[in-house]
Amino acid sequence: MASGLHDSDFKNPVVRWIDQRMPVFTMMQKEYGSFPTPRNFNYFWNFGALAMVNLMIMIATGIWLAMHYTPHTSMAFDSVERIMRDVNFGWLLRYVHANGASMFFIVVYIHIWRGMYYGSYKAPRELLWILGVVIFLLMMATAFMGYVLPWGQMSFWGATVITNLFSAFPVVGNWIVSLLWGGFSVDNPTLNRFFSLHYLLPFVIVGVVFLHVVALHITGSNNPLGIEPKSPKDTLPFHPYYTAKDSFGLVIYFIVFAVLVFFAPNYLGHPDNYIPADPLVTPPHIVPEWYFLPYYAILRAVPNKLGGVLLMFGSILVWFILPWLDRSPVRSMRFRPVARIAFLLWTVAFLVLLYCGGQPPEEPFVTISRVATAYYFAYFLVILPLLGRLERPLPLPESISRAVLGGGGQVPAGAAAKPMEKA
Amino acid sequence: MFGKPMFRTTLKAFAVLGALVAATPTPARAAGEVIHIPDTRFSFEGVFGTYDRASAQRGFQVYKEVCASCHSMRLMSYRNLVDLGLTEQQVAAIASQVQVQDGPNDEGQMFERAGRPSDRFRSPFPNMQAARAANNGAAPPDLSVIAKARAGGADYLYALLTGYSDPPAGVTLAEGMSYNAYFPGHQIAMARPLNPDQVEFADGTPATMENMARDVATFLQWAAEPELEERRSMGVKVILFLTILAGLAYAVKRKVWADAH
Amino acid sequence: MAESGAATASEGTPRRDFLNLVTASFAAVGVGAIAWPFINSMQPARDVLAMASTDVELAPIAEGQAVTVMWRGKPVFVRHRTAAEITAAREVPLSQLPDPQPDQARVQKDGWLIVVGICTHLGCVPLGQKPTDARGDYGGWFCPCHGSHYDTSGRIRKGPAPRNLEVPQYTFTSDTKIRIG
Repeated sequence: MASGLHDSDFKNPVVRWIDQRMPVFTMMQKEYGSFPTPRNFNYFWNFGALAMVNLMIMIATGIWLAMHYTPHTSMAFDSVERIMRDVNFGWLLRYVHANGASMFFIVVYIHIWRGMYYGSYKAPRELLWILGVVIFLLMMATAFMGYVLPWGQMSFWGATVITNLFSAFPVVGNWIVSLLWGGFSVDNPTLNRFFSLHYLLPFVIVGVVFLHVVALHITGSNNPLGIEPKSPKDTLPFHPYYTAKDSFGLVIYFIVFAVLVFFAPNYLGHPDNYIPADPLVTPPHIVPEWYFLPYYAILRAVPNKLGGVLLMFGSILVWFILPWLDRSPVRSMRFRPVARIAFLLWTVAFLVLLYCGGQPPEEPFVTISRVATAYYFAYFLVILPLLGRLERPLPLPESISRAVLGGGGQVPAGAAAKPMEKA
Repeated sequence: MFGKPMFRTTLKAFAVLGALVAATPTPARAAGEVIHIPDTRFSFEGVFGTYDRASAQRGFQVYKEVCASCHSMRLMSYRNLVDLGLTEQQVAAIASQVQVQDGPNDEGQMFERAGRPSDRFRSPFPNMQAARAANNGAAPPDLSVIAKARAGGADYLYALLTGYSDPPAGVTLAEGMSYNAYFPGHQIAMARPLNPDQVEFADGTPATMENMARDVATFLQWAAEPELEERRSMGVKVILFLTILAGLAYAVKRKVWADAH
Repeated sequence: MAESGAATASEGTPRRDFLNLVTASFAAVGVGAIAWPFINSMQPARDVLAMASTDVELAPIAEGQAVTVMWRGKPVFVRHRTAAEITAAREVPLSQLPDPQPDQARVQKDGWLIVVGICTHLGCVPLGQKPTDARGDYGGWFCPCHGSHYDTSGRIRKGPAPRNLEVPQYTFTSDTKIRIG
């Protein structure tokens, strides 16, 4: 260090020369090579890496699509169909991008679900969790604006309905709506700004993902047991163990992705979006993209406009305070017999909402939506806080290595009493 | 610990399937009624299905001689017909039968000229308003991507074209409307478009209503998804490749993890 | 998985190396295959390739006059040459030309010279179409960007341009009409 150069361990002269001046190789080695990672990850821990790859795919295909797309109300629809027909491999780029959005939400929903099930949001990972929720909100905004760009009927009416949500707010509501529109209705100025923001936001997501990863590498990963690694025996170097495991998961993910793109590219879309936008005719049955259906169901479950909007936004904003709602010292639901059932029911409620959001707003779906919405919020605001005090968790294993490698995970009686020590 | 991985895999599958099933497009609904669209066998169904070129060419003939008097296909160009198995000369001949507007010329005037393969299909009406005015207020939809724009796709188109009948007892039709079993609401502004022997197929196929409907549905499916065959054949190769890669990646993963257990 | 550890320990390393090599090769092929659609999508699309012909009416162009028409987004020079210009183009010995090509090989009808109006140096549009333009030392065209002089056959005579002005593919659809492309 005397010369001001970084003390590099690399032998290759070129690598070493760069590393001494800018230790990116040392950093990569530390964060992705030798990085100590709990040895007991299951395949749920693939989904963070999958989301990262998915984001890269979306950005790459998006940049290439933007080379051919025209953000003008009179040309947007035709320019998308021109991509499908005339641009070399244009259909592939567009279908990868459109289905990539669905894949992204599938991957991220599983990633979030895993975080909730294994208590990854708990101390010391609260900020990591909050950054994740920020990423999810940015994703939703990006996906919504991207869906507007083909300027089909669902694009137009989706944009109209969602932007009108803001009119529910007293005093400033209409001002916000016209700010979003840039006119008296969803029109060319709206399309132009949505295109601009749809291009921008993914790069903001990249920035927050970077922070998400920085926070992760400070606290280290959670794991299925929810107990911190206590000794080197509890961890493995990230490479080659988890690079190999993530690579396998990635290929499986690509297979699912490929089935969608090549054999069912419009399965998750809506046929009405192949009808050019018509401001005079609302389709009889408008629905958002499938990944927004749970929130749409919550919106429609409330008979009051402002109440519905607040509950809809609240359904995600409540995730921000999840680390403080759940005060149980045990992270993993494996050791929380009651909370585990409550959470699986919450999962069912979420899927029920997803289903109801795609149905017309009539009985019995309205009542079902209301029950599911009530449980959705009760889980966060009532059940988790209560269980944190009342629930008696199962005995925790003494250490990760003991649970995984030998002794069948049986724990000395004394250790069971003090769950989740801070390692 | 046995049973846990199984439980987890099941949960995961449950989550993914739940999301997919819930997102399944719901059948066409009209005033709360679910209309069941019968399944028609088409050559392009299934993983290895391809377009029946002869059928699609006949379908183009039906479109040209029947549908095109009201319905535009503004995203299609005559050159696209080469992909349907027509020769360059045939396409040029078809294109030259229509007059298209071009210009302005050096005097600043718009002028008509014979069509070329690079021209878009000529639209029957100059704009939406004219189309609406000429059709009792119901503008005939553009058919370029109609097979993608209707739930049920080609099945729906076939059902609609063959679904005309007299209204059942108790149903009164509005002025100028026809009864169709498969149209949402059952009242359709388009009069029965296909009648037996309306066209004469050069290959001797009898021009029954079913044949014409099937042919035109095939043609419209091709028009909406001209990439379908290339897409599926590429998909088969990609998935084969990925399956082998998955096997290799799993083997590598097992070798790497062999000393960690 | 645990039971295979000891059994394969002796031959484990070479097998893993071979396996890694095969897997990495497969993955590399996959990444290469992914790159191709992106690159190829930037080539001209099918509608662009199809719109590649332009009709020009020759009758209104008097001898000595020239018109510029648009073809594939580029200017095409159509010049109705005078007898003197034709003679000048044909009298030059090929040995004096940087890019030797007889005038007869560059025209279909002697009076009509049709060339792409893009200087072969760096893509500027040469002067010489309007009567008031500078036509350079050889009576054809003069590129003001870097001083290339073209003669009445559109051939490079002086300056940095390496090649003659390109002759596009065209056909006479009638005596007074051509189709370029």
